[in-house]
Amino acid sequence: MSTLTYREAVARGMAQEMRRDDRVVFLGEDVAAAGGVFKATVGLLEEFGPARVRDTPISEQAILGAAMGAAMTGLRPIAEIMFSDFFAVCWDLVANEIAKSRYMSDGQVSFPLVIRSANGAGVRFGAQHSQSVENWAMAVPGLKVVAPSTPRDVVGLLAAAIRDPDPVLFFEQKSLYATKGEIEDGEIVEPLGVAKIVSGGDDATIVALAAMVPRAVAAANRLEAEHGIRCSVVDVRSLVPLDTATILSEVARTGRLFTVEENPRLCGWGAEIASIVAEEAYGSLRGPIVRITTPHVPLPAADALEDHMLPSVARIAETVRTSLEDA
Amino acid sequence: MTRSLNTPAELYGRMRLIREFEETALRLVKSGDIVGGIHPYIGEEAVAVGVCAALADDDLITSTHRGHGHVLAKGADPARMLAELAGRTTGLNAGRGGSMHAADVGLGILGANAIVGAAAPIAAGAAWASQRARSGRVVVTFFGDGGLNQGVLLETMNLASLWKLPVIFVCENNGYATTMPISTGLAGSAVARAQGFGIPGETVDGMDAVDIRSAAAAAVERARAGAGPSFLECLTYRFGPHHTMEQRIRLSYRPAEEVERWRLRDPLVIQAARITPQEREEADARAAAILAAAREFALASPHPDPADALDYLYASGMRGRGGEG
Ligand SMILES: Cc1ncc(C[n+]2csc(CCOP(=O)(O)OP(=O)(O)O)c2C)c(N)n1
Ligand SMILES: [Mg+2]
Repeated sequence: MSTLTYREAVARGMAQEMRRDDRVVFLGEDVAAAGGVFKATVGLLEEFGPARVRDTPISEQAILGAAMGAAMTGLRPIAEIMFSDFFAVCWDLVANEIAKSRYMSDGQVSFPLVIRSANGAGVRFGAQHSQSVENWAMAVPGLKVVAPSTPRDVVGLLAAAIRDPDPVLFFEQKSLYATKGEIEDGEIVEPLGVAKIVSGGDDATIVALAAMVPRAVAAANRLEAEHGIRCSVVDVRSLVPLDTATILSEVARTGRLFTVEENPRLCGWGAEIASIVAEEAYGSLRGPIVRITTPHVPLPAADALEDHMLPSVARIAETVRTSLEDA
Repeated sequence: MTRSLNTPAELYGRMRLIREFEETALRLVKSGDIVGGIHPYIGEEAVAVGVCAALADDDLITSTHRGHGHVLAKGADPARMLAELAGRTTGLNAGRGGSMHAADVGLGILGANAIVGAAAPIAAGAAWASQRARSGRVVVTFFGDGGLNQGVLLETMNLASLWKLPVIFVCENNGYATTMPISTGLAGSAVARAQGFGIPGETVDGMDAVDIRSAAAAAVERARAGAGPSFLECLTYRFGPHHTMEQRIRLSYRPAEEVERWRLRDPLVIQAARITPQEREEADARAAAILAAAREFALASPHPDPADALDYLYASGMRGRGGEG
């Protein structure tokens, strides 16, 4: 066992897979010599050398195109997009090229690649470096979309993403990089598409992702301590593939669904889950499905404003409590 | 179909095949058998054939929206290509790709790409894999003069030069990007852009397959030797419309006498002058026979079954919403 931060877990997961498979290569801006601007890839250049761990110019389209072409011809690249907001400057490669080309070629080629990116708020960098964009990715057929909430899941899900035969967008939540967790020694691989029930309860189900998971758990603890309300909390972990079975069975048990999303409100991932639950578990609902999200605005830089935008523990707890009381 | 492109007659024969293919396809667009129309390559055949003549079988190419010629020059089966345009199961991509997305990876055709400029970094990535594997494979990326103005191409030239990747940038300068003459689209010169990244660039007569082949061969040699990318600007012209839709909506953007002037430099005529009349007749007859059979094959092939429409999105076999069916 050892205690690892979320950021250290990134390098551990990558190193685990790079040792195992020398087709795994890594490219991005500031990732090699500097070990990443978030220090998430420290030590990889030293261990695997400059042919496998490559610094690139600030050319997001070239980075993703190179990853794609290499993936088609025998490598298993990991590309880093420094901040997920920057997907907007290379979205063609993601949405039109990487996501569509297997289908367009009738399955002649596959794209075993991972695009890692630092996602979300909490570092007060302002609107162009703080958005949670996992819902952009979820809207594109052909991609898989993963967002871990713990250091152990960073290792295990990253390993699974690297081994997966399909392109995976791997969102690392910036506000979690400094968080710590206990991780066992040895190889860790977690399957993609399996949600995790992180706390139990019969009164309501709270479904959350990435940085919203610890907040949902804290809110559930507060609701139990202060109001005797017991919530189950589900860490979705992977938006595509989506573990609808776990979500549906939790909702069937508790009769209520709350989603906690860092992405802006419109077409956030919780809307998709809400629609699935409404279609497939309507009969077990005892009250409305409620989404707790960042409002539909760019994120402001000031801490007082940014904090106000994101679902807080207090807002989650308050929303669940009042909604359960009203029902 | 023979893959070899060595003799003057073979160069002519492949250009003839592409011409015949495009003329057949144009008729099938008119008859409604090809849906979605095509971007005809007629007039530009020497570029695809000259460049591919300098490649080995396991070298790779990426192509464009105007890609039929590239794919056929690299050895794709015209019957399966035509079936692809007609949306049939026997098509290169079983109808999922269409005119602008032909891929035949076994032949080194990584895929045509309908996003202007976007194939370039993919070619660079394949060149990176080749460099790492020390396979000696080179990768050609074709793009038009319009593609020169896509930022992604500039990003890619920079990366390819920095990393000394075995990639060859082939610019098919046909003077127009859709309706816009190059004078309204290009500041500076194409070759100077490449040179700005430290990539040697050369402008060649895009109507002369032999000239193109020798320029491409020098670029291939340089790439195989590990000396990095090259840039080739081929001055050419499309004799037909940008896209078949243009005939219906009657766009008018270039003088008829300009088209006539370029037609005098038909790449097939230039190459025909290098072979005997008998070789020419044989090649013409062969191309006509291949395309007649290809047409029959394509039109007799079944349409895809909508029940399979969700297949092949994910290599893991996942299908549909969130993967659960
Ligand atoms: C990114 C992008 N922008 C616009 C288009 C629409 N479009 C298709 S072909 C074309 C012109 C391309 O010109 P050029 O690169 O010179 O190739 P040509 O058609 O002359 O062969 C345009 C604008 C596109 N497909 N992709
Ligand atoms: Mg053009």
